[in-house]
Amino acid sequence: MEPGEIHALLGENGAGKSTLMNVLYGLYQPDEGEILVDGKPLKLKGPSDAIAAGIGMVHQHFMLVPVFTVTENIMLGAEQVRGGIAGFLDRRRARRQVAEVSERYNLRVDPDAVIEDLPVGIQQRVEIVKALTRDVDLLILDEPTAVLTPQETEELLTVMRSLKAAGKSIVFITHKLGEVKAIADRITVIRRGRTVGTALPEASRDELAALMVGRSVRLTVEKGTATPGEPMLEVAGLVVDDDRQVRAVDGVDLTVRAGEVLGVAGVQGNGQTELIEAIMGLRPVLAGTVSLGGDRIDGWKTKKVLRAGVGYVPEDRSVDGLVKEFSVAENLVLDIYDRPPFGAGLALRPDAIATSAKERIEQFDVRTSSADAPVGTLSGGNQQKVIVARELSRPLKLFIAAQPTRGVDVGSIEFIHSRIIRERDIGTAVMVVSSELDEVIGLADRIAVMYRGRIIGIVGPDTPREEIGLLMAGISPDAVSERGADAAPTDGTATDGGPASDAGSANEDEA
Amino acid sequence: MSDPNPQSGSPDKEPASEAQAAQTALGNTEQAEPATPGRSAPESEPKPSLGRLFLDNLWAANTFTVTLLSLVLAIVVGAVLMIISDPDVLSTYSYITSRPSDALNSSWTLVSEAYANLFKGSIFDPEAFSGWLNGDNGWQAVLAPISETLTYAAPLVFTGLAVALAFRGGLFNIGAQGQATIGVILAALAGFLLPLPPGLHLLVAVLAGALGGAIWGFIPGILKARAGAHEVINTIMLNYVATYFLTWLIVQNGVQDPTRTDAISKAVDTSAQLPRLLGDNLRVHAGILLAVLATWGVAWLLNRSTLGFELRAVGANPDAARTAGISVTRTYTLIMVFSGILAGLGGSNMVLGSTASALTPLVVAQIGFDGILVALLGRVKPWGVLLAALLFGALQAGGNRMQSYSGISLELVTVLQALIVIFIAAPALVKAIFQLRAARAARLQTSLAKGW
Repeated sequence: MEPGEIHALLGENGAGKSTLMNVLYGLYQPDEGEILVDGKPLKLKGPSDAIAAGIGMVHQHFMLVPVFTVTENIMLGAEQVRGGIAGFLDRRRARRQVAEVSERYNLRVDPDAVIEDLPVGIQQRVEIVKALTRDVDLLILDEPTAVLTPQETEELLTVMRSLKAAGKSIVFITHKLGEVKAIADRITVIRRGRTVGTALPEASRDELAALMVGRSVRLTVEKGTATPGEPMLEVAGLVVDDDRQVRAVDGVDLTVRAGEVLGVAGVQGNGQTELIEAIMGLRPVLAGTVSLGGDRIDGWKTKKVLRAGVGYVPEDRSVDGLVKEFSVAENLVLDIYDRPPFGAGLALRPDAIATSAKERIEQFDVRTSSADAPVGTLSGGNQQKVIVARELSRPLKLFIAAQPTRGVDVGSIEFIHSRIIRERDIGTAVMVVSSELDEVIGLADRIAVMYRGRIIGIVGPDTPREEIGLLMAGISPDAVSERGADAAPTDGTATDGGPASDAGSANEDEA
Repeated sequence: MSDPNPQSGSPDKEPASEAQAAQTALGNTEQAEPATPGRSAPESEPKPSLGRLFLDNLWAANTFTVTLLSLVLAIVVGAVLMIISDPDVLSTYSYITSRPSDALNSSWTLVSEAYANLFKGSIFDPEAFSGWLNGDNGWQAVLAPISETLTYAAPLVFTGLAVALAFRGGLFNIGAQGQATIGVILAALAGFLLPLPPGLHLLVAVLAGALGGAIWGFIPGILKARAGAHEVINTIMLNYVATYFLTWLIVQNGVQDPTRTDAISKAVDTSAQLPRLLGDNLRVHAGILLAVLATWGVAWLLNRSTLGFELRAVGANPDAARTAGISVTRTYTLIMVFSGILAGLGGSNMVLGSTASALTPLVVAQIGFDGILVALLGRVKPWGVLLAALLFGALQAGGNRMQSYSGISLELVTVLQALIVIFIAAPALVKAIFQLRAARAARLQTSLAKGW
């Protein structure tokens, strides 16, 4: 690493990027090898050693106390006191420091804002300020763009450029090729815990992807034109609460036709999860209706919904999709274990389960040592294939896939995408929910964008990314077309100029 | 015990019990899991609950060798306790430096005799055998130790299975004691109140015991399923209710033995008693056959039935089970009912078998609580539970002889039982706690912070 360099660490999920960085930050101990800082070997016993050595880290999930202000969060762990033993917190000095740092690097963070009121992009900047106040020279950003809208990502890249100008070095961990090309000075590609290549940002996307996966992959989804038929799923005026009894879905109307893919885009946590869970009967519907091929299915038990011909890939496979201790074969019948031929009355038919498992492992290219291996021993991609295999092995009217390729290697992504399109082509209504905009654009025939529990717009797949990005940030189509100074979010609950400045700068970027 | 589940292809591939319950039972106050089967916040990895980790470690660590070593270790500690608690032997240690042989000899005599009696009382008595060969005593005396062991083991098989079944389904059933108590009450009432022909009478009495347990399991089950009330708390409470109900019931008119003034009920009719297997002189009765049958039944239920599939799925990952359309609430209720049935059958063994034929306040002894130990020792797998129950039965039977012949208190047997389980369960528990800490710390430091 050179001073003032942005070094991108590129690799698939599970390639070892985060582990490497956690070693750098002192969270894990290296088994072998050493770390050199300014030519001197460094022994890190913990994050505090790393900070002392000038290494700071911004985690994928932020380490902030939601009810504290920005200043308080930044003081946390490095509290400055005055008054000797009495130990009063020196808020004023801390506050000044925050203001100073945010000024110097043009980070625009209000020291007195309360974290939970801030949008995600600003929270991330708070994390960056936190690292900077500790005088770090090397900043590690672990998948910083995973939770950001395209506009916020653009903002972050600007921040990174100004940090670079100030002589700070940045390690930027990601698996998104576009961002890497946009910002990195040097790119190191990691695969299965080894450095497989170093590239310059001039390298083409395909070259980088090939390095990452070890072979060339298609980055776009190949598909013919859809032939939408009758409406299969109709959602009207749906209202659903989340676990904390906070309104998560607030009057959603949706139609998915047979033979089309409806993509649902949106930053995570805008009600997509609750919407799907309500359709699946996993969450009570407070108002509105859900119908499948004309039958009202709201209020049905999950089992009945599944039996009616709905396939469901839940967004968090290890929590909701699989029983990790169960074998691959058992997981392949997790929702049809009691139907013939797998179950007869009270008895299970292990032979039938084993035979069908063998077939489907073959069909769906699940890489496992055996059908009896616990599914937890499989890689993420193969675990996901097990779920997809389970859901697509029966005749469906509607197929719902939530984050179908999250944490899945590129090869499996390709496979899963082609399976989804094949399901569409045989006339199933398909609904794909994903926070990866590329995935939604690639798969969908129509895209519904969700923001704060509402469908804020339905657009075609050839809509410019920026426009969808603005929708994801809550800027309604009218505001987009106006491109005016009043492009603030419609509900105006966010404070401290967060979304507003986002939107403003986004518009600048666009212009 | 290396393969307690011969029915399943590979028993260790399907451990199933999430058992957040266990963490409460094991004194962990940290809340890792909501009690209701609701959805937890999405994370990349499901939270490893203490109960889950504990079970994994129990399975990983508890091989036959470890069990055997734990047994040996428990015997050594037991020997030390015997020496310390015997004043005569202890006094020889005051001059151990001048004449060590005294101390060593007296200790050896005490300990070896005690353990010899433990063995003779539970498995095989060479004197009875030579006596039989010489014609001094009948063949019954040779089989007497085994008969005693089986008699004590039978109810423990049932309660052990009850706890194990619930554990596999993610529930910690502390209430086997209460369920057995209600079982014993209904079995006894059916046994002396209903005038039925032999055969039918026995059947009705046994089923009444099962029904009693089922009712007492259903209550915490439905409370857990519908209201999210924690089954550990509720089963403990219901244990008290059952115990005091029994104490009250015994002295009521129509129940109490009219010829007695102390707290004892009428005796169960002979038509409702489990037949003795080896003649009237030996106490072993048909209960042990029912126990083997129940073990087979539970093994089948767990591994070969749709219900067992649901149960294991709910135990291992209730979220995934619910998403796959399995009704978690229904499964929780069923688990507790089945668990209660088994405990209730264990209870009916106590009054329809040969240990007692009338209700007394202590008629169920500790079979419910011992069942927890048996389940853990048997790795919460059906055939393992059977073997563990036989071991505990043997200790109990041998302990009786040890008490009467060597003057070693019967409580020592309880200590031995506890030590064995501690040696096996404690390392697993300690490991589980450390892994949980490590997992939690790693998560905290690397990813999890629900800051927004």
